[in-house]
Amino acid sequence: MNNTVKRPLNGGVEDDDEDEADGADLEAWERTYAEDRSWESLQEDESGLLRPIDTTAIHHAQYRRRLRALASTAATARIQKGLIRYLYIVADLSKAASETDLKPSRMAVIGRQVEAFIREFFDQNPLSHIGLVTIKDGIAHCLTELGGSPESHIKALMGKLECSGDASLQNALELVLGYLNQIPSYGHREVLILYSALSTCDPGDLMETIQKCKKSKIRCSVIGLAAEMFICKHLSQETGGTYSVALDESHLKELVLEHAPPPPAIAEYATANLIKMGFPQRAAESAVAICTCHEEARTGGGYTCPRCKVRVCELPTECRICGLTLISSPHLARSYHHLFPIVPFDEVSQTSQNGSSHNFSSDCFGCQQSLLSQGNKPGLSVTCPKCKQQFCLDCDIYIHESLHNCPGCESFRHSNSVTTAQ
Amino acid sequence: MPSAPSKLYSDDVSLLVVTLDTNPFFWSTFSFPFSEFLSHVLAFLNSILLLSQLNQVVVIATGCNSCTYLYDSSSDKNHGSTTGSMPSLYSDLLHNLEVFLAGDQQLAKPRVNAAGGGAPPPSLLSGSLSMALCYIQRAFRSGPIHPQPRILCLQGSADGPEQYVAIMNSIFSAQHSTVPIDSCYIGSNNSAFLQQASYITGGIYYRPPHLDGLFQYFSTVFATDLHSRAFLRLPKSVGVDFRASCFCHKQTIDMGYVCSVCLSIFCEHHDKCSTCGSVFGQAQSNVPSSTDRKRKA
Repeated sequence: MNNTVKRPLNGGVEDDDEDEADGADLEAWERTYAEDRSWESLQEDESGLLRPIDTTAIHHAQYRRRLRALASTAATARIQKGLIRYLYIVADLSKAASETDLKPSRMAVIGRQVEAFIREFFDQNPLSHIGLVTIKDGIAHCLTELGGSPESHIKALMGKLECSGDASLQNALELVLGYLNQIPSYGHREVLILYSALSTCDPGDLMETIQKCKKSKIRCSVIGLAAEMFICKHLSQETGGTYSVALDESHLKELVLEHAPPPPAIAEYATANLIKMGFPQRAAESAVAICTCHEEARTGGGYTCPRCKVRVCELPTECRICGLTLISSPHLARSYHHLFPIVPFDEVSQTSQNGSSHNFSSDCFGCQQSLLSQGNKPGLSVTCPKCKQQFCLDCDIYIHESLHNCPGCESFRHSNSVTTAQ
Repeated sequence: MPSAPSKLYSDDVSLLVVTLDTNPFFWSTFSFPFSEFLSHVLAFLNSILLLSQLNQVVVIATGCNSCTYLYDSSSDKNHGSTTGSMPSLYSDLLHNLEVFLAGDQQLAKPRVNAAGGGAPPPSLLSGSLSMALCYIQRAFRSGPIHPQPRILCLQGSADGPEQYVAIMNSIFSAQHSTVPIDSCYIGSNNSAFLQQASYITGGIYYRPPHLDGLFQYFSTVFATDLHSRAFLRLPKSVGVDFRASCFCHKQTIDMGYVCSVCLSIFCEHHDKCSTCGSVFGQAQSNVPSSTDRKRKA
């Protein structure tokens, strides 16, 4: 390191200078570490072994900041969410995708993240459809049509991961425009572009294509893997999407998965319509019928279309004979938590716990874990503003991220809370 | 949220969380007495604890107006009876159950009989399922080796349609954490919610035909841990009712209309959605959209 080399040459005089003026002799990257004394935050436990640093409080504070930011934007306007989405994923497989700054190569990382995204997307949006488009050699190819089954998309993508040539934004957008203009008017049209090139090679005027996308009400979002580009920023701003550049693989994963939950809907982009759907019953294990998807006799669980009474194997799907959209009520129910979100919990300040009028319990209401930290002092906890029950920090994160029900509000019949439901 | 498959656990050790239906309106009109039912359940829970030293049992009561934890076998607050005549499972659970039932009754607001009609009020299954899932998450956090959790719902009251969204949220969260929900339903008609719960999470739904032999059904169908279930012939599902109920009449329908904005289900064509207020067939231009536009980009 430069610092240790300097000392023997210059004797004691340099030491004082280094302590005061760290800007002068250090490289730019060294300045970030000049004040960092991370060894001081290590702790030892009773037997002298190093204890992991207690990051739960920091982790929880970050989580609460994120939740407050989300809640404040949602509370100001009655934001509706676009629940029936038709999303095209455009993967840039140009020569820039073979760069190895993300291991093993940008293309492999894109493949991994898109697979995880597709599974999460269908988990959160069961009524939506995805299509895949790749850009290679300046030409955009449609890998898969808009469809609702995750396996076919993932298989098609994994089989076609080769890169060469230039990237062309205009060709990709024109292709997607053509397909998205054919979908029903109640669907929300979206494009997610994973762009690793730093240029675009277009046959015509890209700005015109962007205006055409804006007129067709397509919401384009871009995730860059290289550096920020003006044209991507312009595209996302014009169409109402988001643009971000990934710093590393974990950041890329975060950015991609941010697009899985339904975005706030821009109200005039999709017309509201009543869609006729069927809710088939699942047959008993002993029923025998000829299945329309595989065209052979099948025993066991399948679903019966309520209109034409044929058997289909899985839901959600469109009946091949009569064209009715078939779903089960759990598929609709998966999206209800977006429409009936629970309020963020309030932190309980530790100073008010001693000698105040509320009776603070010593156990978390959800998991019965003790809320007291060492020495019987009250630890960090949160409380639901509606039912006033106390929860530990881990339950708070679990309730808001996965469960979407407050156990306290659900466990008391006469609390003034709970959703409108049916 | 830590995911289950990343941790090592031994196959035979289970954490069984039982949600026990204590709805007094149901039990007072049911042919099988609650005390006999409870004796079958207690014998079953005792046998679970005997199967392996590391097994854990947690009991949550599903009341009419509230839910609470009745017993936790791994907690160090178990006292046992003062005379030592009963194991702590029995004495603690019975004591807590008495306290709970008294409290639950006090919480009941006086019901207007004219509006109430003939149907008994449903028990708060969504509350006890949510509490069970929070406890199971705590078990996942406890370390690299932990027992395999599962939930067993002992339910008799009918489904409460107002709890639909909350129960579905719990089911999806259980599916995400790979926690099976078994159900033993003793009421008169099959419970659609519990059938869907067991189907989606990979558990067993069973409605015992003869209640006198309840302990036998418990110990043969619901006592086995998840690893051993692959080797047994367990009751197969008799078909799951996935039909939805329409928002306007609350009748189950098998074909209906779905609003594309809020996904409410209707049985006939309307001009306007009653839940979200969107007018069908034209682009929405109601007042809130102006604030949406401001928020863009």
